[in-house]
Amino acid sequence: MSAIPTQWSRVQRYLPAQQQLQNWLKQSLLSAAGIAVFVLLWQLLASQITTSLGSFPGPVQVAQQWSGLVAEHKAEKTREAAFYQRQLERNAASLAANPDAVITVRPYSGRPTFFSQIFTSLYTVLTGFVLASILAIPAGIVIGLSPRLYSAFNPLIQLFKPVSPLAWLPLVTILVSALYQSEQPLFARSFLVSVFTVTLCSLWPTLLNTIVGVSNISPDLQNVSRVLQLNWLTHVRRIVLPSAVPMIFTGLRLSLGIAWMVLIAAEMLAQNPGLGKFVWDEFQNGSSDSLSRICVAVLVIGLIGYALDRLMLQLQQRVNWDKSAQLR
Amino acid sequence: MQKAHLELSQLGISFPTPKGPFVALQNVNLDIGKGEFISLIGHSGCGKSTVLNLVAGLLQASSGGVILNQKEVNAPGPERAVVFQNHSLLPWLSVYQNVELAVKQVFRGQKNKTEMRDWIEHNLALVQMSHARDKCPAEISGGMKQRVGIARALAMQPQVLLMDEPFGALDALTRAHLQDSLMEIQARLNNTVIMITHDVDEAVLLSDRIVMMTNGPSATIGEILQIELPRPRNRIALADCATYNHYRHQVLSFLYEKQRKVEVLPKAEPVKAAVATPELLAAQEKRA
Repeated sequence: MSAIPTQWSRVQRYLPAQQQLQNWLKQSLLSAAGIAVFVLLWQLLASQITTSLGSFPGPVQVAQQWSGLVAEHKAEKTREAAFYQRQLERNAASLAANPDAVITVRPYSGRPTFFSQIFTSLYTVLTGFVLASILAIPAGIVIGLSPRLYSAFNPLIQLFKPVSPLAWLPLVTILVSALYQSEQPLFARSFLVSVFTVTLCSLWPTLLNTIVGVSNISPDLQNVSRVLQLNWLTHVRRIVLPSAVPMIFTGLRLSLGIAWMVLIAAEMLAQNPGLGKFVWDEFQNGSSDSLSRICVAVLVIGLIGYALDRLMLQLQQRVNWDKSAQLR
Repeated sequence: MQKAHLELSQLGISFPTPKGPFVALQNVNLDIGKGEFISLIGHSGCGKSTVLNLVAGLLQASSGGVILNQKEVNAPGPERAVVFQNHSLLPWLSVYQNVELAVKQVFRGQKNKTEMRDWIEHNLALVQMSHARDKCPAEISGGMKQRVGIARALAMQPQVLLMDEPFGALDALTRAHLQDSLMEIQARLNNTVIMITHDVDEAVLLSDRIVMMTNGPSATIGEILQIELPRPRNRIALADCATYNHYRHQVLSFLYEKQRKVEVLPKAEPVKAAVATPELLAAQEKRA
């Protein structure tokens, strides 16, 4: 299926610059046209639908809400700055009155804005994803190299792979509250619950792809390694890992996609801070702006998912030794 | 008499199958002297590669064994370097790094950094690949890749160099060019070489002895032909040489008369059986 596009992009590389520009323009125009049609249909259909919260928001209302959310965020930032300013002045005043006064710096505890929720979600998803990768890649290498370990673990992998995040969530919540009891917790429990749920759901594609990549090393390269008498570590580092890199990255990209989807669901269900909670709060709030705000969140979630995937693709292109491979 | 450098003695291997063990190779006996260039020739499936893999230690013999310098071979090792048919360079390493991997492994603790670099560059120069030292295998031609494969094997300073159809995948002109290079290198280094080939000209041109293998199953050595042509050998001069052509003829007659490969077409029978022709019925009656 990919044969024709591959050929096509090979051809592209050798076209004169002018023609390349033309092709690029054509592509961009077509993309723009697709978006325009979507926006138009959205506007037409949205005005037809009446919900319990008024008519369904069209693109214009959603754009307005976007600026509303930006304004809210800025206002919140000003309030925060003012809070710290006041605190600083108060502390300075009490110090001037009594040099031995005990100074306490209190953190600002305002309502999280849309943008701070985005930041929380991104931070959480990346933590969960990195944790999943740290677990899945070494495990995949070890299991992939040993047919016995593979036979032992394959049933478990197949069993846990299709489990929905919503099923893990209660277990993870209970376990985290049971096992993570500290007087001054380094991480919030809600953060850990989200992270572990993301990890549990997103490690499978990386694990499976690493296993497949590692177990399919060309027998010739394995023979080279045997003739050279490479030790296990050198064998893994110089032969196994590089030849599995393309498969590992395919797994990582799938994992990151799943991680992002799972996180939003987990945040909604568990009321953990993040974009999912934002959506849920707006849904519960039920004001006339709520639907538009949820639409903004949906678009932002999509855009971030897309950006994360592109980021992984960039990384893959940098790391992959096979420069002729067409990645998409 | 002087003990052989490399000795294959009563070498045999069989593989388990549902219908009992399949004997691929048996009673292979061969003594190889130091600096000798041996070619293994035979039809495909006759176990040439199996012999090579046994010497390399990549396969384990079921009977007999391989003795190198009075020591039995039972695992792969760099003193028996292999040049693989499809070069088997690591595609993520440059030409230099591919050779470096081998040199670092073999000469760890024996050579310092500068010595290693000089040794790698020396071997690349030997196969005339110095100009492409920083290229990746994907960026060079098939013949160049095979040169690097040879450089990698030579850089291990092996006691025996094993070559598994090293030029099989190359076009005729590139192959001739590489054969000439190999002869030059061989004249300089005087390695002990076992080379598998399908090419009669290649075998006669390069070898001191040609070992001709019978068809499998239970393949073994059929004949051994001593090639007594003076070195250096020149392919153009030899094309007209009667002795050369005589050797060629002997190999050809072994391959195509004594060991003529009968191609069995197992799929043809059931098709015939479906249509009961008079001939087939007659044959069946005869068998009964």
